[in-house]
Amino acid sequence: MTELDRPGRHLLSAADLSREQALAILETARQMHAIQTREVKKLPPLRGRTIVNLFFEDSTRTRSSFEIAGKWLSADVINVSAKGSSVSKGESLRDTVLTVVAMGIDAIVVRHPASGAVQRIAGWVDCHVINAGDGTHEHPTQALLDAYVLRARLGDLTDRHVVVVGDIAHSRVARSNVLLLTTLGARVTLVGPPTLMPAGVETWTCSTSWDLDLVLSGKAFGDVDAVMMLRVQRERMGGGSGGGVHDIGGQFVPTEREYAIGYGLSPDRLDLLAEDVPVLHPGPMNRGLEISSLAADDARSVVLEQVQAGVAVRMAVLYRMLAGADEPASGLEVVSA
Amino acid sequence: MSILLRGVAPLGGRPVDVLLDGGCITQIEPHLDAMDAQVIEADGLILLPGFVDLHTHLREPGREDAETVASGSAAAALGGFTAVHAMANTTPVADTAEMVEQVARLGALAGLVDVRPVGAVSKGLAGEQLAEIANMARSSAAVRIFSDDGNCVHDSRLMRRALEYVKPFDAVVAQHAQDPRLADHAACAHEGEVSGRLGLAGWPAVAEESIVARDVMLAEHTGSRLHVCHVSTAGTVEVIRWAKRRGISVTAEVTPHHLLLTCDLITGYDPVYKVNPPLRPDEDVAAVRAGLADGTIDAVATDHAPHAPHDKDHAFPDAAFGMLGLQTALGVVAESMVATGLLDWPGVADRMSCRPAMIGRVAGHGRPILVGEPANLVLVDPAGEYLVDPARLASLSRNTPFAGLVLPARVTATFLRGTPTVLEGELARREVAV
Repeated sequence: MTELDRPGRHLLSAADLSREQALAILETARQMHAIQTREVKKLPPLRGRTIVNLFFEDSTRTRSSFEIAGKWLSADVINVSAKGSSVSKGESLRDTVLTVVAMGIDAIVVRHPASGAVQRIAGWVDCHVINAGDGTHEHPTQALLDAYVLRARLGDLTDRHVVVVGDIAHSRVARSNVLLLTTLGARVTLVGPPTLMPAGVETWTCSTSWDLDLVLSGKAFGDVDAVMMLRVQRERMGGGSGGGVHDIGGQFVPTEREYAIGYGLSPDRLDLLAEDVPVLHPGPMNRGLEISSLAADDARSVVLEQVQAGVAVRMAVLYRMLAGADEPASGLEVVSA
Repeated sequence: MSILLRGVAPLGGRPVDVLLDGGCITQIEPHLDAMDAQVIEADGLILLPGFVDLHTHLREPGREDAETVASGSAAAALGGFTAVHAMANTTPVADTAEMVEQVARLGALAGLVDVRPVGAVSKGLAGEQLAEIANMARSSAAVRIFSDDGNCVHDSRLMRRALEYVKPFDAVVAQHAQDPRLADHAACAHEGEVSGRLGLAGWPAVAEESIVARDVMLAEHTGSRLHVCHVSTAGTVEVIRWAKRRGISVTAEVTPHHLLLTCDLITGYDPVYKVNPPLRPDEDVAAVRAGLADGTIDAVATDHAPHAPHDKDHAFPDAAFGMLGLQTALGVVAESMVATGLLDWPGVADRMSCRPAMIGRVAGHGRPILVGEPANLVLVDPAGEYLVDPARLASLSRNTPFAGLVLPARVTATFLRGTPTVLEGELARREVAV
């Protein structure tokens, strides 16, 4: 790998990646993907390396995806669940993290309910830090896996039009996708009700709309090449209000029914899409809310491909970040063979 | 012992000799004989009335690891203050006569500045029932400012009652304006481009402005005195300007950090920049500067908020709100207001001493520099510079957002009733007469 396309020390934001770096990860992911269909999936390049999945928030799919990715590269992967804010335990985040890192590890994969927690952590530790989702800020490996699937379906993403629908304001998936897709040359349109649009979205490098039908019709921002439906938390509906510091609360949308009618990918809206337009969803899906069962099970749905790509992309990130320039492509020959 | 300030420029005017004796200014002449007085060569230095802070968190009792009345007093004296108002949000809360008397006693014991306790508006700062306001006002601490600072008195009826109830004592209700429904406890960043990009819960300007608009109408209705804490938005400045023109009895303060820093600083998620109300964009900074310049905003108040490192070593949303302010206040005001030509030195004296003393009804402070006045004074080197080194601050905490900055103007000496508390920029270790 060249210095130009080698990722930085940490992966905190999709904005950390240049076009070259992102494409290099996606190319490595393509090689990694090949082993997923093999009988023996394990490769040696990270043998002797230790990765800690440090999760301050519940997660099944992202944690297991990182765990499998690390294990297939022969790293030792340890899951540390630090749920329940360290604030309430009386320990500072810094102390919690330094304690884990002091055990002598090479990388931490961090999920935290607070935006910016991963940036803070990167400032305290010597090891590599990978953001597995920080609050309502970013989730860069999700954006990478989405880009992987989109490229598998659409080829080069330059000038391709991707529509992202849902709770944009509180979505780390949306933020990372806007950044990475823009880096890769795609055009992004964000769609959602005004209450679920982030402040200052008009300054982002994308277009926005409150009208999903208009956008899907292609009359507003041109033909649609892909649609990404975001998960909408049920607690955003109705009269609930925020409790804890990380609890965003409700009163954003009156009812689930009204949301589904306005912004759900219904059978009618699915009909607006061309046959080759992939439908993405980061999961877990609320069937009947943001996506109808018909759409979820349609041939255009790539939800399971996303899950599969998640492992490959995370393997690629870990490999390119940890394998080191001094050990060029060790173990990868096996893949290409 | 008497002190002769030789060649000092009162309020930046023509240099004179000033003699301090018996706690007062006893002579001001073009030239005075030293006699047996201690002479301080003050050529090129400016003499101002000692600064009065309307808004200080001294953390004692409760969080003596972050600050004590003594350490906060030292920071205040080094910053040129001769009186500070200790906010009520201690543990336990300063909501009884006994509590405010205890804080005043600790202040007298430290002896570096006059510590004027602020009493809580509501019991336990809970915003539900009035605290024993009259008892605090009549206590030996003679409380004249009541505030639930940290919390907003958001219940309209309670706010109305508080404004009415303080009238017999000529006291003022100092409001922390934050509608908790528009900016709840999770709100931590100015709602705008930066908060949206960083994914931080927004603290919209309207959450401050709508409370201030309501409160000035309540002040008009009750005919009471209202003080608005830490004004941070252009809209709030406009509302207060309107209210003052209408003759409503409202005063307001702005913090040094809102005069100098903008919300772009939080981009790196460093909680040293986390404060309540949050740092705002350029246009708000320009508006609060203009408001302070034209007198719409009466006072600079530090909102000095010390925090132990372990309360800041968290993710931005989880970290404590607040920044240090006492030792850097003059430098920040000099940088943002004097160097920009918005305020001259008499203006600085007015906004940092005279008007805050008037708002808090602090006798003997914020007085003109005239013979017979109490010698609560600060000596400022306008050509001096101050490099902010967190490790060298007198506060027990280190959470200054100005670390590494070189600020103009420097406090060289502070006098409390004629006795130096600070000399040559260092604490003067002397007993001060109370």
